[in-house]
Amino acid sequence: MQYEAVIGLEVHAQLLTGSKLFCACSTRFGAEPNTQVCPVCLGMPGTLPVLNAKAVDYAIMTALAVDCVVNPISVFARKNYFYPDLPKGYQISQYNEPLSSRGRLDITTESGQKTIGITRIHMEEDAGKLIHGEGADENYSFVDLNRAGVPLIEIVSEPDMRVADEAVAYLKALRDILVYLGVCDGNMEEGSFRCDANVSIRPIGQAALGTKAELKNINSFKFVKDAITYEIQRQIDVVEEGGKVIQETRLFDSTRGVTVSMRSKEEAHDYRYFPEPDLAPLVVNEADVERLRENLPELPEAKRSRFGDAYGIPAYDAGVLTSTRALADYYEELVRLTDEPKLSSNWIMGEVLRLLNGNGLTITGSPVKPSAIAELLAMIKDGRLSNNMAKEVFEEMFKTGKTAEDVVKSKGVAQISDEGAITGIIEAVIKANPENLERYRGGKDKLFGFFVGEVMKAAKGQANPATVNKLLKEKLNG
Amino acid sequence: MDLTSLTVHELSGLLQKREVSSVEAAQAYLNRIASLNARLGAYITVTADEAIEAAKEADKRLLSGASSPLTGVPVSVKDIFCTAGVKTTCASKILERFIPVYDAAVVARLKDAGAVILGKNNMDEFAMGSSTENSAFFPARNPWDLQRVPGGSSGGSASAVAADLSAASVGTDTGGSIRQPASCCGVVGLKPTYGRVSRYGMIAFASSLDQAGPITKDVTDAAIMLKAIAGFDPLDSTSVDLSVPDFPCLLSGGVKGLRLGIPKEYFIEGMDSQVSASVNDALDCLKKEGALIVPITLPHTEYAVSVYYLLATAEASSNLARFDGVKYGLRVGAANLIDMYKKSRAAGFGAEVKRRIMLGTYALSAGYYDAYYKKASEVRALIKRDFDEAFKVCDVIATPTCPTPAFKLGEKTQDPLTMYLSDIFTISCNLAGIPGISMPCGFTKGKLPIGLQLLGRPFDEATILRAAYTFERTAGIGKEKPAL
Ligand SMILES: [Zn+2]
Repeated sequence: MQYEAVIGLEVHAQLLTGSKLFCACSTRFGAEPNTQVCPVCLGMPGTLPVLNAKAVDYAIMTALAVDCVVNPISVFARKNYFYPDLPKGYQISQYNEPLSSRGRLDITTESGQKTIGITRIHMEEDAGKLIHGEGADENYSFVDLNRAGVPLIEIVSEPDMRVADEAVAYLKALRDILVYLGVCDGNMEEGSFRCDANVSIRPIGQAALGTKAELKNINSFKFVKDAITYEIQRQIDVVEEGGKVIQETRLFDSTRGVTVSMRSKEEAHDYRYFPEPDLAPLVVNEADVERLRENLPELPEAKRSRFGDAYGIPAYDAGVLTSTRALADYYEELVRLTDEPKLSSNWIMGEVLRLLNGNGLTITGSPVKPSAIAELLAMIKDGRLSNNMAKEVFEEMFKTGKTAEDVVKSKGVAQISDEGAITGIIEAVIKANPENLERYRGGKDKLFGFFVGEVMKAAKGQANPATVNKLLKEKLNG
Repeated sequence: MDLTSLTVHELSGLLQKREVSSVEAAQAYLNRIASLNARLGAYITVTADEAIEAAKEADKRLLSGASSPLTGVPVSVKDIFCTAGVKTTCASKILERFIPVYDAAVVARLKDAGAVILGKNNMDEFAMGSSTENSAFFPARNPWDLQRVPGGSSGGSASAVAADLSAASVGTDTGGSIRQPASCCGVVGLKPTYGRVSRYGMIAFASSLDQAGPITKDVTDAAIMLKAIAGFDPLDSTSVDLSVPDFPCLLSGGVKGLRLGIPKEYFIEGMDSQVSASVNDALDCLKKEGALIVPITLPHTEYAVSVYYLLATAEASSNLARFDGVKYGLRVGAANLIDMYKKSRAAGFGAEVKRRIMLGTYALSAGYYDAYYKKASEVRALIKRDFDEAFKVCDVIATPTCPTPAFKLGEKTQDPLTMYLSDIFTISCNLAGIPGISMPCGFTKGKLPIGLQLLGRPFDEATILRAAYTFERTAGIGKEKPAL
């Protein structure tokens, strides 16, 4: 029998607010344990939550970016369970009435374009972190509550994906949007962008959904792909062998590349959700939504197509250049200064990214700013530098942070464009190679390259190739 | 002159004129606490040193002239309010040694006003109870008859104020926990509108119902205390951003033309005849003063107790989850995490608290939520609507505070349901979020106080205070003291 998989994703994204969702504590990552805490996020008796308005704005921006409806009234709810990293014994989340619902996200895979439905986006607070002791402390667990209360949004997709590649494409597209919006740093390793996957299979042609497994601990794009691919095959094997898939939560073991059962449906918690009485329902008025909508930055998809249309660069270039907002801004600044969309694209996609990647840098950390590249490109245009020379100069600029002008002066690189000087070199080369001149004039056109090479050699590579070509042709045909 | 027998406004007058010092007043109260608290059980913690220090500061403030009507006045607070550096137990073993790092908003406002805090009053554990017998440490007693309960859960506050162990106290009221003990002890207890007083730093029992309010020797004091503790607090998202009226200045003016609604559902069969007689006398008195008596109906009253015990316990089951032995409070060692939770909570919580946690957990459980929590929320809305309708035809609703006077210790502890029924007249007010006041309106033949309850429109504490003040002045009620 042929099977198809049904995949839905739940993404938790940490919002880039300076303070936590319900108190004024900092959200900075990596601080000493329990240094970013206060009575509220420690769950001290008598404390009460106060909602962070910035976090609400960020959640709404995300909702708008994926075409969700922003609900005028949404309700915070308590999700009750006991765990040492959860100071209040409940997590403040949203349940029956989320902030937003019914959105969509377009993805592109090798098999083409597809729209993935988004069920809902809601807000919630993060829990703290348990650190299990080692050595002398191995009988202890430590609790770090710095992360407790950090704002998250949970983005729940419809079960619209059928293969692991679609899940990865969805995640990447979603992450690009969040990062573009500036509401999340998208860092999967640090856990600020986390994903759980619901996977089930069914015979092709069957409409009813199969029993799903929820996959956890899949915190890289590669793990998402590996875990889903493994899980689909595992479920097919179970069914083929006459077994039944059971509803359960499974952990991905990345070292072995397999998913392992964590808990079954029977062991699942009853979270006893109920409306959070310490917070009034969240009322979002239309004016605020409109204000946020007007200020939404251009999103990756729109920027990509605009780059194609406005700059006439290939879709591939547009894709690379819009991969981050900072890179796109860098490119647009360079084009503004040079008015050379294709040349600018070539340089960024070639030299700039090559050196950045080689040095483990991103565009924001580039030692060479667009204005410095613009100056360099102007020197090519003026004929002061050949393309190859410019590349050498650029490497030096990248290494030292010097301007193109300084590098050219200090290294003595400059292109010879003076026709008199080049004519002198050409005449000397022709004089030294009388036989080849004869053969060239006798019809051996290919020898033109030989003469160019000799001239460039004599000019130590600094002669302007265009001038050399032009003058050499005149002399040889002389 | 016995300073402790004075009301807040009487003592404040002497302090302002500097006829007495705050240190003298505080010392007088501390002496009286030292001699009577062992019998009354009104305080869990007495902060004598801090009180004397605060009184010295208050005396400086009184000298400088930068004072308020509470400056230098010795008061107490229920042990449910967090006090920085001072043990806050909620009358529970689980918080027996808990010392908060911050002051509750109510405490901070009292301190800002210059009040001198004598200590922390006894209560039912986590405010769950109607007799203060559920204190994990010792019961509080009724100053009018030491064999009887002072009511609850703010029984320590009411007992302290009635016995002159503090000039005034702040209690909390989730289903009657200010008004019922005030009624039992013959003092004034005011539950403000939900959202009028910040809940920040008040250990939560049922968040959507809890409200702090004063327990005082007379109505004027209630107005003074309410003014001091009320007002918007950005740290409590359910507190309401409304300006606070100058309650003490709004007491006079009488009740001429005031429409007094009498709900038929509150004058029921089985009510103590002395209670109904006394309340009817009070109504007659107000009628003579020009109030109009309007019969009204609050048709969903019979569901109030059930609704309350579903919603309050549901919220409590979640609010009390933080007492898990991990961060603060009692921890009983065990081999693993789950056992640590179980043992700590089993040892830390008393029987009534456990009963309510179980009830509330059940009401929220998968499969039962719709039938219990959700249904109760819907009926709560109907109860609120009853009041909205009633307040179209009347300005104040008058009822007895409790169906009976204070009962004997141990009389109802074996039967939680009977105990729950002592709040039958006070619960609806919390469900509707409206303000209510209880004030003494007479005594039984056995010299037990009887309470009159007046309920008002949301944020209209001024009107019920004015009606209460009028009755207090006219009937000359509330001057009598228990013999101790
Ligand atoms: Zn905090």
